Amino acid sequence: MRQNGGVPATDSFGRICLQFLLTLGLFSSEKSNLAGVRHILLVLSGKGGVGKSTISTELALALRHAGKKVGILDVDLCGPSIPRMLKVQDKDVHQCDSGWVPVFVDQDKSISLMSIGFLLEKPDDAVVWRGPKKNALIKQFISDVAWGGLDFLIVDTPPGTSDEHISTVESLRPYQPLGAVLVTTPQAVSVGDVRRELTFCKKTGLRVIGIIENMSGFVCPHCSECTNIFSKGGGEELAKHAGVPFLGCVPLDPQLTQSLEEGRDFIQEFPKSSAFPALANIAQQILDGTSPQSS
Amino acid sequence: MNETVHQLERMQELWTTGYLMGFKSSNTSDEFLKEKRAQIMSRGLPKQKPIEGVKQVLVLASGKGGVGKSTTAENLMRPLKNYGIECMSMGFLVEETAPVVWRGLMVMSAIEKLLRQVEWGQLDYLVIDMPPGTGDVQLSVSQNIPIAGAVIVSTPQDIALLDARKGAEMFRKVHVPVLGLVQNMSVFQCPKCKHETHIFGTDGVRDLAKTLGLDVLGDIPLDVNIRKTCDTGQPIVVSQPQSDMAKAYLRIAMEIIRRLPTPPG
Repeated sequence: MRQNGGVPATDSFGRICLQFLLTLGLFSSEKSNLAGVRHILLVLSGKGGVGKSTISTELALALRHAGKKVGILDVDLCGPSIPRMLKVQDKDVHQCDSGWVPVFVDQDKSISLMSIGFLLEKPDDAVVWRGPKKNALIKQFISDVAWGGLDFLIVDTPPGTSDEHISTVESLRPYQPLGAVLVTTPQAVSVGDVRRELTFCKKTGLRVIGIIENMSGFVCPHCSECTNIFSKGGGEELAKHAGVPFLGCVPLDPQLTQSLEEGRDFIQEFPKSSAFPALANIAQQILDGTSPQSS
Repeated sequence: MNETVHQLERMQELWTTGYLMGFKSSNTSDEFLKEKRAQIMSRGLPKQKPIEGVKQVLVLASGKGGVGKSTTAENLMRPLKNYGIECMSMGFLVEETAPVVWRGLMVMSAIEKLLRQVEWGQLDYLVIDMPPGTGDVQLSVSQNIPIAGAVIVSTPQDIALLDARKGAEMFRKVHVPVLGLVQNMSVFQCPKCKHETHIFGTDGVRDLAKTLGLDVLGDIPLDVNIRKTCDTGQPIVVSQPQSDMAKAYLRIAMEIIRRLPTPPG
């Protein structure tokens, strides 16, 4: 019996070994674009508008601050926000032998980004697609972006539990993601949706790294009075109730939003913001969680 | 035996083609052929069919998540009708913690049921609260029922406006008239010192409206009371009808009614 390499095998045991070795060989010769990525992290929420994209970006910056090389994959096809946040919305993506080259958002090339935002002719173009088309693009994003070597790949998702989420989790499964970070605002209507997202994670076998309570409290820049506009404590309570780690509260920082609106550099502004210590702490918890796994 | 089957199949083919071509009837005109072809082609696209008993359908959308579509929808529904509001939602059909993890086709079929297999009775307005995005749900709703108008809700924030703009473009593509924009979470007033902070930016929605040639139907500020009353299931328009917030929603509802075409019948 001849195999691919034309090597004959005469006994059945030998044949099985050979088949196994050749399969391994075949698999590794198809070198996956995600082979150089050490940890994959998904950022989920059931609810829209809780700050997934902002948290994904802030987390990437916090991890980079801790010396890590980070990639961000934005699979929100209908509302890709991250290119705009990092002021790279006008950049183009290029092709290489292994696929698309992600866009580097900083001088040191320590943060790379892939988003449908880069593939649109105009940034305002609407992507009005049904499920199957979205699924096909997500699969491509996962297998055809040449990330190179990364410590972390953060995957920012759209709100809900639909086509995009099913496709993303299914396509990432062979690469054994580290898990998911769930973002919520403290109010009841957000917590309700995130509870459903927790069930989604359980059903799809995705490990929940923890819950982040975003927009948790607003400090008036004038008198320093703290108002809980979106309530407080809902995220922490949910984490306790569901038996998952609570990663921390992130406050509403109007200066950060304003700096974005005014076109200032998020990467420079972020370390000065009141949200930074919270994110640095969350990043550290994630890093601590990966140390026994690091090879 | 095979030959007979082949012959029968061939005859059936010819008969079908003949019928389509109009050979069966002695009418073999070009018009008939054209009509038949158009009929077959149109079977691919869904046909818009109004919902029985509903005079006008209004959709509340945005593109972006978390800008306050649902909060606006429930506060708008009150002023549009003074007596009991009929409400239908997936939330009533599934357990609170059960996620609805469906692909597009199942979502389409569920929407169809939520629209048509509900006893709406006689309604002047049906307000549809859309999810964020520009995908299956938005397409299914727009293609299957005639929509009187769409209202787009957004916060002033740059990235929310990006998505609101995409929402507007989507409605343009599916020929749904956009009645205007609602600027939600426009400003926050500190309850202690009354200092105003534009947490999510200043007047971004007004600027976008100008660019798109649309009207701003109103502004809703960020107010702790709106969130508190929603969380307890008593929209502010019902629980505090004399409050400034409730009046803001009422004004928006009036602006919407003004802009809707005169209802049929």
